[in-house]
Amino acid sequence: MSPPDDISLTRPQYVGARVARREDPRLLSGSGLYVADIKRHGMLHIAFRRSDHAHADILAIDIAAALALPGVVAVYTGEDIARLAHPYRATSRMKNYQPTFIPPLALGKVRYVGEAVVAVVAESRYIAEDALAHIRIDYAPLPVLVDPEKALADGAPLLHADLTSNILAEREFSRGEVDAAFAGAAATAGGRFHFTRTTPVAIEARAAVAEYDRRTRTLELHCTTQIPGIVRDKLSEIFDLPGPRIRVVAPDVGGGFGAKTSLYSEEIVACAIARDLEKPVKWVSDRMEDLMSTGNAFDEIVDAEIAIAADGAILAVKADVIGDVGAYSIYPWTATIEPVQVVSFLPGPYRIDNYAARVRAVATNKTLTGAYRGVGRPISVFVMDRLLDMAARKIGMDPADIRRRNLVNDDEFPYKAASGLVWDKSAFQACLAAARDGIGYDALRREQEAARAAGRWVGIGVACYAELTGVGSRIAVAPGMPINTGTETCTVAIDSTGAVTASFGVASQGQGMETTLAQVVAEVLGAKVEDVDIVLGDTASVSHGTGTYASRAAVLGGGAGTLAATAVREKIVRVAGHLLEAADEDIETGDGNVWVKGTDRSMSIRDLARALYSDMGRVPKEMRDEIDNLEATRVYDPFFGTTTSASHMCLVEIDPETYRVEVKRYIVVEDCGRVINPMIADGQAHGGVAQGIGVALMEEVVHDATGQVLTASLVDYVVPSAVEIPSMDVVHVEAELPDTVGGFRGLGEGGTIGAPACVANAISDALAPLGIEIMEIPATPERIFRLVEAARKSV
Amino acid sequence: MSATGPATMTVTITVNGKAHTADLEPRLLLADFLRETLDLTGTHVGCEHGICGACTVLMNGDSVRSCLTLAVQADGAEIETVESLGTQDALGPLQRAFRDHHALQCGFCTPGMLMTATDLLRKYPLASDDDIREGLSGNICRCTGYQNIVGAVRAAVRERDGA
Repeated sequence: MSPPDDISLTRPQYVGARVARREDPRLLSGSGLYVADIKRHGMLHIAFRRSDHAHADILAIDIAAALALPGVVAVYTGEDIARLAHPYRATSRMKNYQPTFIPPLALGKVRYVGEAVVAVVAESRYIAEDALAHIRIDYAPLPVLVDPEKALADGAPLLHADLTSNILAEREFSRGEVDAAFAGAAATAGGRFHFTRTTPVAIEARAAVAEYDRRTRTLELHCTTQIPGIVRDKLSEIFDLPGPRIRVVAPDVGGGFGAKTSLYSEEIVACAIARDLEKPVKWVSDRMEDLMSTGNAFDEIVDAEIAIAADGAILAVKADVIGDVGAYSIYPWTATIEPVQVVSFLPGPYRIDNYAARVRAVATNKTLTGAYRGVGRPISVFVMDRLLDMAARKIGMDPADIRRRNLVNDDEFPYKAASGLVWDKSAFQACLAAARDGIGYDALRREQEAARAAGRWVGIGVACYAELTGVGSRIAVAPGMPINTGTETCTVAIDSTGAVTASFGVASQGQGMETTLAQVVAEVLGAKVEDVDIVLGDTASVSHGTGTYASRAAVLGGGAGTLAATAVREKIVRVAGHLLEAADEDIETGDGNVWVKGTDRSMSIRDLARALYSDMGRVPKEMRDEIDNLEATRVYDPFFGTTTSASHMCLVEIDPETYRVEVKRYIVVEDCGRVINPMIADGQAHGGVAQGIGVALMEEVVHDATGQVLTASLVDYVVPSAVEIPSMDVVHVEAELPDTVGGFRGLGEGGTIGAPACVANAISDALAPLGIEIMEIPATPERIFRLVEAARKSV
Repeated sequence: MSATGPATMTVTITVNGKAHTADLEPRLLLADFLRETLDLTGTHVGCEHGICGACTVLMNGDSVRSCLTLAVQADGAEIETVESLGTQDALGPLQRAFRDHHALQCGFCTPGMLMTATDLLRKYPLASDDDIREGLSGNICRCTGYQNIVGAVRAAVRERDGA
């Protein structure tokens, strides 16, 4: 039977389909391989003695008793590691930025509670942890900087003696005439917003297994990372080893959320020790050290104000941001990434002509902050969308209406936002309208009125945002960062057995990329999706790639995969044209086969590969010389990147006795371009919103005045369980596709960007009769109780 | 190795139907016995203090935190781990429901979720989704927002009840 000419009948349309995840059978049956599962012959175990001081000079370290413990093999201090590894720091070309060296083990001084000071190597993890108690460290405490406002003041003690102040970065943005706009405003609103410190809490704590092969003098690191390429490249400098002699692999990784996008001290220490001892070594973090040492997130104070006209139009916004970035400037993102992003994205999807903002990133004696899902934008949206609601209340305008009034319209794209970011085109208004319809906004308002009349605290939240995803080489993901975050690589190869392999520089931490990238490659190539093997997270597989962060993997990985598969398909068509005696333009591929359109002349891609590689004489030498092989490597650079946008709406009710907030309904309407796998896309939104609800209601890293972490267990740092998260609706608006290869937009972070603002707005709406505005999150029962008590007293 | 306790104790623990006799340090965690001694790395350790539930296994038919249980406490017990539910090529019904409903992303909490859900499915009617959520509330998932896990367990309830 000859295949029909209508390609859609023979060729499964993988992109856009709910293809079942290929990762699942192994992960469901306990057959995955996470770093902690790795075992090697003769493997030793590392445990870290960490600082219990927030700021202190190290006077002496006595390791003798630890070394004497049976089973202990070696003990390393900061000075030992400094002899084995070059120092490093996160540099940036940004003006007014001060980098800090990050010693893998503390050198002479500790700067936060939980900083690694000594590494013990032993025959088992139990013995290594036993030995920690036998190390004696004499500290001389120093003044502790906990409050970033005090840390930035003149005369504050310097955290890093080689710097001129504790302000690691400072930047100002300005557009238009802000003061004049405020002078002419019908209403203004604002105040001090506080978005507290959180931590991502991937359920897999960080871990590393480092090995050194004496024969090839090669270092191999398996670690819980989202950025194997960046880690490899930096280790190459730190250890003076060329790339081929360092392999970094991220095997199955148990969640990342940005926490695993940084190079960590423990990874460097593990490599240094493996090389020094010429033994495989393993470190698996326990949860308490993970909570104290994995990059924390957010932590900003924002003084902000908005001016609006009588019709609700935004006239101007101003903001002053202080970001508490912790003790060091994290590698590779620097201390700028989180706070600077707050001001870059604060204008959001709204039309704002007058904008003035300043940001200062301030070092304190706390854990480093780094990337967490959303990076800066959860705060931007929290502040901007809270300002909008506060202003709308003053002029008696509905929250949904004031957003419709101010969202950039379809005919205004590309739109240059007040901070200079450019929104290419995205369905800002359509998302808002669809969210309004989807949740039944008008009916919900009537229900709320009835509930309010009955004395219940019921509120509706609205939040809109835009994010730049799939950022290309025009700008670095972190300001001025000297690492190319704008390209990704894919190699598609069909070998002499006919097997198809697509290798990428991106890595997966649960996003299902083995499935989605196989969908893309199979569709372009005309292969069966189950026949395309996907290799991720292994620096040995591509020459350059950085990893998965900043909602980029679908855009850059999908784009590179599309380009490489297209190139291999062209080679297949050339060979098929010869073997099937037809013109190239008459060849079609699909479902693992090639055929001549309108005929029964066909063959499998596998047979074609064998004919090219193995059957001498079937393909003439000239064609072989031209084709070489069925392989292609392509690098994709989206240059600008593309705008993903969404509207979130929710309904909350506050229990008047316990002050607990229940999120009762939630809808996300997002424009993330062409959806590769709607099942996976919805899952990303669910998980992102759940994390955003955690940020809004319960999650907070708390330090006391001496810099001790009071939330160093999951008893004290509370993340949402199944009873706190509602079922939610997710709607995808596939409006005009962006100009990215494949038409994909990034979607990994959105849920977390919108949810804190949406929930905070809903709580404020519920408590509006008391005149309460939520200015600080998480809105814990205790905080809400205090606000209500204060409001009642002031009446 | 405590200075006062015995160096090792001889225990017999049946795991997924197979009896294992071993000399173990009394302080060895059940999670480490499963993962390190028996190489059953499907059981994951997420917090080591009994909150996240990733290490949940069944001991004599009840769900327990294997990170808070000493292996010697399981002497004479029957332990069930995720490896008992099915294989990559032949997933069990609950595993299939998880796959069909996209109830896992990174997979790290999944073995604990599956074992807790197995326990719930054996013992409780799970008439409402609130019952399922309550039953799963001792297992933290950071990826899925729980919605699809609840859907998967709901589907497993339907299959169990022949509905």
